[in-house]
Amino acid sequence: MKPLVEAVALSKRFAGGLGRESTLALAGLSLSIDAEKPSVIAVVGESGSGKTTLARLLLGLAEPSGGEVRYCGVDLRKLTRDGRIAFRRDVQAVFQDPYGVYNPFYRVDHVLATPVRRFRLATSRADARELIGVALRAVGLRPEEILGRFPHQLSGGQRQRVMVARALLLKPKLIVADEPVSMVDASLRATILGSLRNLTDKHGISVLYITHDLATAYQISDAILVLYRAHLVETGAVESVVSAPQHPYTRLLVSAIPRAHAVRDWLTSEATSAEISRSANSVGCIFADRCPHVASACLAAPPLLYRTEPQRAVACVRYENAPALSADHLAEVLAAK
Amino acid sequence: MRSLLAYLRRNPSLAVGVGLLGALAVFVIIGQFVVDTDDARPLSAPTLQPPSAEYPFGTDRQGRDLLAVMVAGTPLTLRIGFIAGFLGVGIGTVLAFIGAYYRGFLDMAIRGIADIGLTVPGLLVLIIIAVSIKGTLTVNQMAIVVASLAWLYPTRTIRAQVLSLRERPYVEVARLSGMSGVGIIFLELMPNLLPYLAATLVNSVSAAILASVGLEVLGLGPVDAPTLGMTLYWVNFNAAMINGWWWWWTMPTVIILTVFLGLFFLTIGLDEIANPRLRRSA
Amino acid sequence: MTEPVLRVEGLRVAFDHPLGKVKAVNDVSFALLLGERFGLAGESGSGKSTLALAILRLIKPPGRIEAGEVSLAGRQLAELDEDAMRALRLASIALVPQGSMNSLNPVLRIGQQIADAYADHGIRLGRGDVQRRIAVLLAQVGLPESTARMYPHELSGGMKQRACIAIAICLRPKMIIADEPTSALDVVVQRQVMGTLARVQEELQAAVILIGHDMGLMAQFVDRLGVMYAGRLVEVAPIAEIIERPRHPYTRALIASLPSLESRGELIGIPGLAPLLRDLPSGCAFHPRCSLAMERCRTEAPAMREIGDAQVACHLA
Repeated sequence: MKPLVEAVALSKRFAGGLGRESTLALAGLSLSIDAEKPSVIAVVGESGSGKTTLARLLLGLAEPSGGEVRYCGVDLRKLTRDGRIAFRRDVQAVFQDPYGVYNPFYRVDHVLATPVRRFRLATSRADARELIGVALRAVGLRPEEILGRFPHQLSGGQRQRVMVARALLLKPKLIVADEPVSMVDASLRATILGSLRNLTDKHGISVLYITHDLATAYQISDAILVLYRAHLVETGAVESVVSAPQHPYTRLLVSAIPRAHAVRDWLTSEATSAEISRSANSVGCIFADRCPHVASACLAAPPLLYRTEPQRAVACVRYENAPALSADHLAEVLAAK
Repeated sequence: MRSLLAYLRRNPSLAVGVGLLGALAVFVIIGQFVVDTDDARPLSAPTLQPPSAEYPFGTDRQGRDLLAVMVAGTPLTLRIGFIAGFLGVGIGTVLAFIGAYYRGFLDMAIRGIADIGLTVPGLLVLIIIAVSIKGTLTVNQMAIVVASLAWLYPTRTIRAQVLSLRERPYVEVARLSGMSGVGIIFLELMPNLLPYLAATLVNSVSAAILASVGLEVLGLGPVDAPTLGMTLYWVNFNAAMINGWWWWWTMPTVIILTVFLGLFFLTIGLDEIANPRLRRSA
Repeated sequence: MTEPVLRVEGLRVAFDHPLGKVKAVNDVSFALLLGERFGLAGESGSGKSTLALAILRLIKPPGRIEAGEVSLAGRQLAELDEDAMRALRLASIALVPQGSMNSLNPVLRIGQQIADAYADHGIRLGRGDVQRRIAVLLAQVGLPESTARMYPHELSGGMKQRACIAIAICLRPKMIIADEPTSALDVVVQRQVMGTLARVQEELQAAVILIGHDMGLMAQFVDRLGVMYAGRLVEVAPIAEIIERPRHPYTRALIASLPSLESRGELIGIPGLAPLLRDLPSGCAFHPRCSLAMERCRTEAPAMREIGDAQVACHLA
């Protein structure tokens, strides 16, 4: 399998200020996105899990403290000018905030015309208009209703879809979507997420869907990575991870989602767990202070990633009977079926 | 036009500022037609005449028709302010953008110089510069003297604005869309700063006029020019207040006050445009 | 039948806008019993937050309460003067506002902010008494006693929210209005905070209005649910009824749009956009987006009708 973008033992540490210890935002994560088999991979975690840091590192918007991010096998920092341009064409992003991503001075056309211009995607004005029209229609928008308007004249959902259209213009191979629907109304989320899933199914574009919402991740992704406080705790095919979670944190996450059922067990189920009591810099498993199954082995050293099923890996010492997973094989776990 | 008037009603400060400065402009323009500006030179009229029909503002000790002096001098004072103000903000903007966008050593250097410069008493420096220039100063040279310090404060404030703007998500999107640093500065950041730059400009002009009047009153200005500040210098020199020649110092004072009040209200009005949070609802 | 602790009758709140009058709350009526948990669900622009502010008479110009009555335990709130109303806020009706973490004063310690609540309501207590009460309150919301000495920025999001709940219950109000108290919190923390809210509500036997848009959260927390759309209540019913048998097309669509964790299928949304509150469609405000709309829906706004335990405003119900 030919990797498009890879993270190799990627870590990021933010320096502390006066009298504050440094913060580990991401701890030695390895991940590989296939260039040939497009799929939707979800990165799920709560705030402080490191998912946004991961997104920024993969997009080249931040520098790693350790490890590297590779594009077609080359470290991002070592890319030539042509390499950088190719990287920008192949990897695009959709961000969380449908307001801040628009320069309030310009109409929304600006955000679509800029990449067309900078990457010379069209030879004439008419050509550019055609290209933009196609992209907008691909996300279910009508160009005549969108172009010529200012950002504040469109709804949050429309603005976000324009952003997806923008990402599409360059015909990238990977779109990193960082919480694309969390600031959008529930009833509009389906359309935007549907467009993203469509990108993979119909246009062959991989999507890295970063979110805290396990339910939507379950609905549109093929594979999932669960992050907790900068560490990867569980990964695998999304169906099995959500229906039969193996890591105690994943179990906690799944049970904490309130369902619209007649059965009201949400508030009372599972001792709603303890607070975080250990610093992220302490030795041992990152979840040890909140885990109902904690043992002495958990406090001594951080657990390895164990491959419990062909398409599943868990970082928990309770599964030490399974073979330990090395970084190069991680890609197989995530490979689309 | 109607929406402009409606806006002025919602933003009274802007209206007052524009009104005051407009009135001054009218005074100067009509004055150029009504009065012979040559009369602003000494020995044009009998000395020390109180206001009368022939000399509505009176005359001073050297025989200048004070109405002519005001009509000729106001534009000169304003010119110094505008040149110095524009130069100051112009240099400040360039330095602020370079420093704030590219960061690193260049930013540290620019910020360091500006910070140190701001702690030195400005008037003192200006006095030293003015005193060191041989020969008499022309109005334009005066402007450059004041401009030499006028860029310090704008650099700091505009830099702070750029620092905040460059973190906006739309700048990252622009980067992802392949825009270069220079492109981002001119196409993404600059347009959003225009209202702020306008407000800073007005402020800068105001400060420049103050500095120039200050220097002139001390006698360090362009001695031959009938600027407002120089008039006040002559007022002091001749002890006009003690001698009861009230007409000599009232008019320059009124005009200076009008200029400052006008610029002040203009700044508040522009501030409201620049900072949407200050906007009052209809 | 016991007297309701809160009765809202025909409430109308409008905002003056140069482009037209914005009808934020349009003829809303409902009642709340003591100890009951009432949910108010709707998306952005439905008027639910405005409704909460109107109950507390916190609507400021250019908004105003145009019509309707709000009575608390039989007392008409419109008749009270501003001083009496101020005394009522927090002591009888407490608000846990949206973005609670931002409504804590960043330069005061938590304990000081609770003490201020007592002082503002004219409750004079000795220093020892105040400290004791604060400790009890913090324990009630599951925060350690040391929290009283901390500043808001030293607390996590969930802890700040619980501190806000502590302030809200310090005067033992009869009613608590929680406006999207957990929207910025992670799912695990959300459960802790809602658990806290449930517990304090039971201890106080207070009524709670939970405003939000997460139908899953509503299903697991409230006893009765009111669904708002474009400033109107479109359905009010016991929660089990609504989940099992939603009667209004909008309610059905809201429940359907909640992504399931059981089966992967299609993600369902609601086509179209919520209407502008100053330019509402004719007849039923939902008709442009309703798949079942009839001719009558375009011309006639449906009135609230009782069907068993539920009330629905739909021509098709």
